[in-house]
Amino acid sequence: MADTIQAAQAAQRAVVRPKISRDDWIMRSIMVVIGVFLLVAVLLPLYTMMSKSVEDKGGGFIGLANFSEYFSTPALFNSAFNSLSISITTTIIILIVTFIYAYALTRTCMPFKWFFKVVAVVPLLTPSLLGGISLIYWFGNQGVLKELLLGEKIYGPIGITMGSAYWVFPHALMIVITALSITDARLYEASDSLRASKLKTFFTVTIPGCKYGLISAGFVVFTLIFTDFGVPKVVGGNYNMLATDIYKQVIGQQNFQMGAVVSVVLLVPAVIAFSVDRIVQRKQIALLSARAVPYTPKPSRGRDLSMLAFCSVIAIIIIAMIGMAQYAALVTFWPYNLEFSLANYDFDVMDGGGWEAFWNSIEMALYTALFGTIIVFSGAYLMEKGRGFTTGRSILHMVAITPLAVPGMVLGLAYIFFFNHPDNPLHFIYGTMTILVVATIVHFYTVSHLTAVTALKQMDPEFESVSASLKTPFYKTFARVTVPVCLPAVFDISIYLFLNAMTTVSAVVFLYASDTTLASVAVLNMDDAGDVAPAAAMAMMIAYTCAAMRIAHVVLTRGIARKTQAWRHQ
Amino acid sequence: MDSAAKSYLKIENLVKKFGDFTALRDISLDVHEGEFVCFLGPSGCGKTTLLRAIAGLDIQTHGRIEQDGKDISTLPPAERDFGIVFQSYALFPNLSVERNIAYGLENRKLPRLEIETRVGELLDLVSLRDQGKKYPAQLSGGQQQRVALARAMATSPGLLLLDEPLSALDARVRVHLRGEIKDLQRRLGVTTIMVTHDQEEALTMADRIVVMNHGVIDQVGTPQEIYGAPATSFVADFIGSMNFIPGLVAEKNRVKVGGFALDCDTRGFSDGDAITVAIRPEDINAQDMEHDDNVVDAEIVHLQFLGSFYRAELGGTAFSGHEVEANFSVNLVRRKNIDIGSKLPIRLPSRHIQLYPPFEG
Ligand SMILES: Nc1ncnc2c1ncn2[C@@H]1O[C@H](COP(=O)(O)OP(=O)(O)OP(=O)(O)O)[C@@H](O)[C@H]1O
Ligand SMILES: [Mg+2]
Repeated sequence: MADTIQAAQAAQRAVVRPKISRDDWIMRSIMVVIGVFLLVAVLLPLYTMMSKSVEDKGGGFIGLANFSEYFSTPALFNSAFNSLSISITTTIIILIVTFIYAYALTRTCMPFKWFFKVVAVVPLLTPSLLGGISLIYWFGNQGVLKELLLGEKIYGPIGITMGSAYWVFPHALMIVITALSITDARLYEASDSLRASKLKTFFTVTIPGCKYGLISAGFVVFTLIFTDFGVPKVVGGNYNMLATDIYKQVIGQQNFQMGAVVSVVLLVPAVIAFSVDRIVQRKQIALLSARAVPYTPKPSRGRDLSMLAFCSVIAIIIIAMIGMAQYAALVTFWPYNLEFSLANYDFDVMDGGGWEAFWNSIEMALYTALFGTIIVFSGAYLMEKGRGFTTGRSILHMVAITPLAVPGMVLGLAYIFFFNHPDNPLHFIYGTMTILVVATIVHFYTVSHLTAVTALKQMDPEFESVSASLKTPFYKTFARVTVPVCLPAVFDISIYLFLNAMTTVSAVVFLYASDTTLASVAVLNMDDAGDVAPAAAMAMMIAYTCAAMRIAHVVLTRGIARKTQAWRHQ
Repeated sequence: MDSAAKSYLKIENLVKKFGDFTALRDISLDVHEGEFVCFLGPSGCGKTTLLRAIAGLDIQTHGRIEQDGKDISTLPPAERDFGIVFQSYALFPNLSVERNIAYGLENRKLPRLEIETRVGELLDLVSLRDQGKKYPAQLSGGQQQRVALARAMATSPGLLLLDEPLSALDARVRVHLRGEIKDLQRRLGVTTIMVTHDQEEALTMADRIVVMNHGVIDQVGTPQEIYGAPATSFVADFIGSMNFIPGLVAEKNRVKVGGFALDCDTRGFSDGDAITVAIRPEDINAQDMEHDDNVVDAEIVHLQFLGSFYRAELGGTAFSGHEVEANFSVNLVRRKNIDIGSKLPIRLPSRHIQLYPPFEG
């Protein structure tokens, strides 16, 4: 009798072990698959690369010897300083320009806002190389406006700063616009009612309201420039930067160990910037959650016109950059024969990959968009909506945001070390389309993942509960409710992956093979070989493709909005 | 509900922990077949947590749950038998009302025609026959609520769980839907558990109320029991209004409050114990003075007109500085010419007095 009572009490105290349902098993299996994917495609390659940096050529462990060699070689060490100073200068310039441009778009009644919004997106459509190429035509040895530089050369810090500023502008602009759009109109009303001067309001309301956005934009831009390879490659001349050093060490001198060391040096600031950005963004979200009243600007002639003038100057610069690339691509032989022809588009007669490179790029971008969206969205869904398995889910989430901190060159190099190792059972994907697609998905994983998470967070958290209570497996609800409701976000992710796959150079430049050359790599190689005009033409082919995809995306999104407005809005 | 009725849901020693925090402490409860039970309590007391444990959505840390004679403690939601309505309704926005209701039926591979007939019945049941083709966003809050109810009932579950189903609605719709839900539940005879923090809702709808506080059950009983004889001072305070006056047990069935002695049942306390005397404002009497027990002299300190009655604040030596409120009918106030400053005898009927241990602090 006493025994049974004790047994009963023990049973009550025992922790209940929930039975794992079929749904749970399926979810966990898919999560494990995605986890293994991220492990193999992110963590293991990075680990291999880091261990390479502490090995000698034969693979023996030599501690930090490579690092001390690196830091005692002034030529190499100087690059770190160069990268840092260029990145900081350009970041400051870009933050100022971006803030004014974003302010004009969100806080004034400037006319033609739509036009300035469209123009600002243009640099996203091309590889970062294009900015460099245009600069050569404008300010190079045979440049149109060479005299404006007063004898300075475009090849070097000036060119890198200008070219970098051009391509990072839209990245910074998106963040700052978001930050400026969330400020609460009530703060301005309060400031008005206290009769604060315009200037005082600006410094006590406007700037504090978007400071997190500006800090975040600063770190994003810094990382982009610090790790970019395209611009310094084209207009860097003899001015060495970290990213070009990796390329030279690996491609030029086949010194993989030193490449790994430079990669680690490149990774450190990128990781710091990334961590600070994450902390800052969390604070910004806290600002966002307050129920803000959107701000509606009032016309003010003087301010609106000066903003129009400023934005027009920026827009003209952007158009001049892409316009010059287009012009140079169409001109028969710059600067001697300025007649238009399509000679530069005859890629098959040049080195660099020919038209096949272009078609490869499209194929690669389509695969990346397709498989990337599937992996990213299902992964985000399981991490966000799965039941139980909490530790596994939060680890996955952490791994999913890691790639943002990894510069493309570092990722590419890490892939060489990892996949090119003869003992690796996945060695067979080396030199194929697959490795390009995998590298590109991973390179752009984080932003896609966060887009998916944001969309999923807006869904009622109880859909899965209701579905379980109605004995409907989760994947049916995923297909019938989650995906249709999140369709706009799904398309956003696909287009983001597509555009980046078309324009990226840094990760894939180490990974392509002769039959998988890509358009962006062809731009690089043709420029390297002195075929600058064909390089511009290829860059423009990428631009047309990206523009067409973007237009298709807008049309598709509008169409969906129209078809689904019955249930999307009250 | 007679206590001999068959137990349908049996909860034994349930404990739920979130890390170090214990949201439910040793909860035991029986719910009878066909009964309408309300979980009532302040925000954060663990009502939702208990409901989700019953549903299997957040399974308890310790303890057992039995439904219809079967141990379901460890089962995932999909292997339990219940329908659920959430505060947000969680209607699928991209599916029409009909498709929402048919959602659980479609998965059972029933013939099309059968599903259509059943959906029609359910639409009739919640009086939304002509709204079937609309999307949830095109319906009013009350209509959405009824769609959620129809969807939960579509598969004829043995247990219906409702988590604050009415709290997102405005007051008038809420009162109307209370009646409808109760009526529907009675017609279908489905065992129902509803979570609410609105006492009026619980009192009007429930067969039995489970009052919870800080993860424990303070009292289980019919609305009349809960209201008339609150088991703890928390329940007394939480439901309706209640006057609390500190006092002492003078002798058996007699307590001292201020300078006065009152008759009341002192079971459970011994002579000399400090206590809290509790009585509801509406139980304080200013007429029928022919019963001369517990009559004290009071002075009206404040008088507030509340439409159907007056709320009087009473002072006077009897209450030794503790303000006591009483409800007087409009009629009485007029007849007796009661106004601020009036002095009159009032009676605290001994059968309406509750005693509790003294408040801490
Ligand atoms: N997932 C969770 N993790 C940690 N704590 C939780 C979690 N869910 C609930 N709690 C805590 O458990 C307690 C009980 O929560 P519960 O949601 O059950 O309250 P409730 O009675 O339903 O309140 P309300 O009326 O506000 O809905 C609260 O203190 C809450 O903070
Ligand atoms: Mg709750």
